[in-house]
Amino acid sequence: MEKEERSLKTVLMTVTRKLAPDYVNCKSCGRRAVRKVWQENMNICPFCGRYQAMSADQRLGLIFDPGSRQDFNSDAGVRDPLNFPGYSEKAKKLEKKTGLKESAVTAFGRINGIRVVAVVLDTRFFMGSMSSIVGEKVTRAVETADREKLPLIIFAASGGARMQEGIHSLMQMAKTSSAVQEFSENGGLYISCLTHPTTGGVTASFATLGDITLAEPGALIGFAGPRVIEQTIGVKLPKGFQRAEYLHKHGFVDRIVKRQELKEVLYDILKLHEDSRGGFAEDIRKGGQG
Amino acid sequence: MIRESLMEVGRINMQMEELRSKGRAEDDQEMLDLSMEKARLLRPCVNLTAEDKVFLARKIERPHIDDFIKALFTDFFEQRGDHLYDDDPAIYGGIARFHGIPVSVVGHRKGHTAEENVAYNFGMAKPEGYRKALRIMDQAEKFGRPIITFIDTPGAFPGIDAEEHGQGEAIARNMARMSSYHVPVISIVTGEGSSGGALALGVCNRLLMLEYAVYSVLSPEGFASILWKDSSRHAEACEIMKLTADDIREANVADEVIPEPLGGGQENPKRLYGSMDMAIEKNLSALMAMSPGELLRDKRRKFRGMQ
Ligand SMILES: [Zn+2]
Repeated sequence: MEKEERSLKTVLMTVTRKLAPDYVNCKSCGRRAVRKVWQENMNICPFCGRYQAMSADQRLGLIFDPGSRQDFNSDAGVRDPLNFPGYSEKAKKLEKKTGLKESAVTAFGRINGIRVVAVVLDTRFFMGSMSSIVGEKVTRAVETADREKLPLIIFAASGGARMQEGIHSLMQMAKTSSAVQEFSENGGLYISCLTHPTTGGVTASFATLGDITLAEPGALIGFAGPRVIEQTIGVKLPKGFQRAEYLHKHGFVDRIVKRQELKEVLYDILKLHEDSRGGFAEDIRKGGQG
Repeated sequence: MIRESLMEVGRINMQMEELRSKGRAEDDQEMLDLSMEKARLLRPCVNLTAEDKVFLARKIERPHIDDFIKALFTDFFEQRGDHLYDDDPAIYGGIARFHGIPVSVVGHRKGHTAEENVAYNFGMAKPEGYRKALRIMDQAEKFGRPIITFIDTPGAFPGIDAEEHGQGEAIARNMARMSSYHVPVISIVTGEGSSGGALALGVCNRLLMLEYAVYSVLSPEGFASILWKDSSRHAEACEIMKLTADDIREANVADEVIPEPLGGGQENPKRLYGSMDMAIEKNLSALMAMSPGELLRDKRRKFRGMQ
């Protein structure tokens, strides 16, 4: 009898767990809400308003007109130039878990009808770190925007360099910066949107080279990590240090944009540039001789 | 580890220097003994580990940018500050002549004493340092001077003011601007080339490395502590990171390795300067034969091909 009771309890518990909604715990206030509620709220905590990371799919879904998304270069998977122990295995595991082959997702899409090239770094894959393939995909996206004369929008999020790729990771900083420079010289519009966290080699390359720089509320943005700085100088860091609001105050971010307003703000910027005198700028680039 | 034998060599160098200054004939035998002992101690240096090379790359006696400018250039005119905010002593440079040709020269600055190193912040630049370098290099592009950069840094300085003044932007801007120059750019990693702080002076047509210099995404200590949460696995990190000059050449990032005297440049600086002079001369004349457009395309192609 006692035994039966126990097994009945187990069955009941399993059933309840299965039927129970999937919860998400807020990393900031600790309160939990049903996953569906989080997602409908664009991954913003319904209680305290903290921003949680968005997947590349969610991000592109937020800004693109329905049905307008067209991915490119989506087959490229992780390279392992140093034959780093355990690296390929970890990459395979992450691919299985996230459905991503690398952290960078590149796509065409429309924002209220205006066609753009967009790049999203998905932090679920090696914290959005800069690998050889991430650098290559970002570079190709910049070149594609250049070739097709489209505006470029990059949502940066990165833990920094992909350590497992050594010097190959470092060189991607030069490769992507060089591509952005050429795109810029040819008159391309690049909107950089910094999301939590943007650090290290991504901060020190394409992420800080936008014509317009936006940031998400509360995002950590910096070159050196706060712990490294604290250890080096032995001083407590000021409140809000390296947060989006801090960078806005110090003049490295043009505007902090809430997710609810993101698509409209992007559209406004795109429209202002579309209506600018592109032909006139072209004449200036050709030497202003006319 | 060659640390102990090199310390012994350092002591012998001092003794030999002392005997030489006395200039007495009766010391000749002792001089001979000392130089034989030195040669014996340096013998293991023909076969160095990656960790040995990291040690040599950071050695305080190793020749630095001040020494290179004195030995390889004439008419040096130092340029100070970014003319925006401040002067950063971690970056040193200006205009000079190489074999009579006006060039712009800039690099990280390290010292030979603890005091000098504190003054130069160990070669760890702040945004104003990178912007000072940019000012020097932009003028080179304006006046058609070739650019020669010397890379030797543990990385960009991690500090509150550095972050507030846009450390990331400063490094990114240097790389972007360097990629668009039409003048010849030669970069030489002379000691430790660590992280974006090194690359901020390294977008070039030709990348040369001294034989015992290293180039890496991060310091081996930082690498070990990030990947393994254990900074004591230093030797293992040095090995696995593939950061020696030969490794970097193998990875098609460096174009050429400049040989060093046995035991490192500090053991025979004159010979080192001779090799550097030859390497710069050879690469510079090849680049100076190219048109501005070719030089731009050459550099863009080089970095576009980085895998
Ligand atoms: Zn919350």
